[in-house]
Amino acid sequence: MGLHDKVTDWATDFDHTDEEWAADPYPIWDELRATCPIAHTERYGGVWLPTRAEDVAEIAYDTERFTSRSVVVSKFRPPMELAPQGIAPPISSDPPFHKGARRLLLPAFAPQAVAKYEESTRAYCHELIDAMGDAAVVDAAEGYAQFIPVRVIANMLGLPESDGDRFRGFVHHVLEGVDKSMEERAAGMMELFGYLEEQIEDHRANPRDDLITYLLQSELDGEPVDGFHVARTIGLLLIAGIDTTWSAIGASIWHLAGHGDDLARLVAEPELLPMAIEEFLRAYAPVTMARLVREDMDFKGCPMKADDFVLLSFPAANRDPDAVERPNEVIIDREVNRHSAFGLGIHRCAGSHLARLEMRVALEVWLERFPRFELADPDGVRWSGGQVRGPRELPLRILGS
Amino acid sequence: MRVRVDDDRCEGHGRCYAVAPELFEPDEIGNGVAVGDGTVPAGMERAARLAAENCPEQAVIIEEDA
Repeated sequence: MGLHDKVTDWATDFDHTDEEWAADPYPIWDELRATCPIAHTERYGGVWLPTRAEDVAEIAYDTERFTSRSVVVSKFRPPMELAPQGIAPPISSDPPFHKGARRLLLPAFAPQAVAKYEESTRAYCHELIDAMGDAAVVDAAEGYAQFIPVRVIANMLGLPESDGDRFRGFVHHVLEGVDKSMEERAAGMMELFGYLEEQIEDHRANPRDDLITYLLQSELDGEPVDGFHVARTIGLLLIAGIDTTWSAIGASIWHLAGHGDDLARLVAEPELLPMAIEEFLRAYAPVTMARLVREDMDFKGCPMKADDFVLLSFPAANRDPDAVERPNEVIIDREVNRHSAFGLGIHRCAGSHLARLEMRVALEVWLERFPRFELADPDGVRWSGGQVRGPRELPLRILGS
Repeated sequence: MRVRVDDDRCEGHGRCYAVAPELFEPDEIGNGVAVGDGTVPAGMERAARLAAENCPEQAVIIEEDA
């Protein structure tokens, strides 16, 4: 069977890169949750898909039976020798190594630390909208959302802003090129890490006030962090910070384009925005992580084999009626919202505070400049599928106020 | 009423100090900690409960009798 043969049975032969999933995965997950709450596919060498919040949480917390050695489903399983760091610490690391590798990053991503990027992010969002001129139809994904996280993460890491197109290429390769051969994927990784090694050498020679320099000067267990670890962590931050935030900003704008009442309310009551952002994160959570099964076992009646993948579908968990009231309604002033868009447990998205800042600033500026807009062509909206889902083409008609 | 954050459960989502900044604040790694000794001023009980109900890790603990 080819990887992209059309899916006809989601319970036994799902494919998270299928076009139907990309366009609208929620009915698929609702059906599975009710009929087969842990689905399976032979594709990608074997993958399981839990859709109940309770199962997703249990797997996220169980770092003994489920390893993070790979968090992106593909035909490829990273070699065991890379443990305990894995290919991109700390996301690919298990306890106990994970804790120190993560602790290294957290102070730089705490809310009080990321606040310093607010002003430059806001100015950049205005620049992007200025560049649209007075066009009647603009693309909020291609012309706005996609650029924001690239610029922010480049500034934070200390990479040249002019390399933005190259970063997006790397990200696309890692996250959306999952059907490539192992050789092709390895070649793409070599290109990414070749680039990062040049940048790291330059930072060693010319230290400055940025995250690459900070990591090069940090210690782990009393030793300087080694070059491999620094390169892999920087690669992770570059990859994890871009498609994800782009998707979250785009999905929020997409929702408002189709729900004029919510749009008008947010324009009139901007103080609701932080609460609305949490609801967009819940309802349109962009990120699905993965784990590998460590050893053959039975999990809730499912015969899981070592090195089977498990998709940790936080987006499906956020729509589980056993965990969330009226889960398929988007309620922008939902007061109780215990969503898991940024994951659960020890791998909670390290960049979540930066992502929230980017979402808030991107939406504040968008609403300030475009208080009225609608979908220019509902059929012209294209969503990425796979493990990071968001609008990649989002044509909007800007309306006069 | 008094609030505290279970440090074994907290993973730094930051929902408590976003929902109830009068009662919680971030530490240097972004984990939530109760402001002062965690005593909830009169009128802030609802904010305390909302902080607990919004924590993805269920790490916010409310002591009703304290």
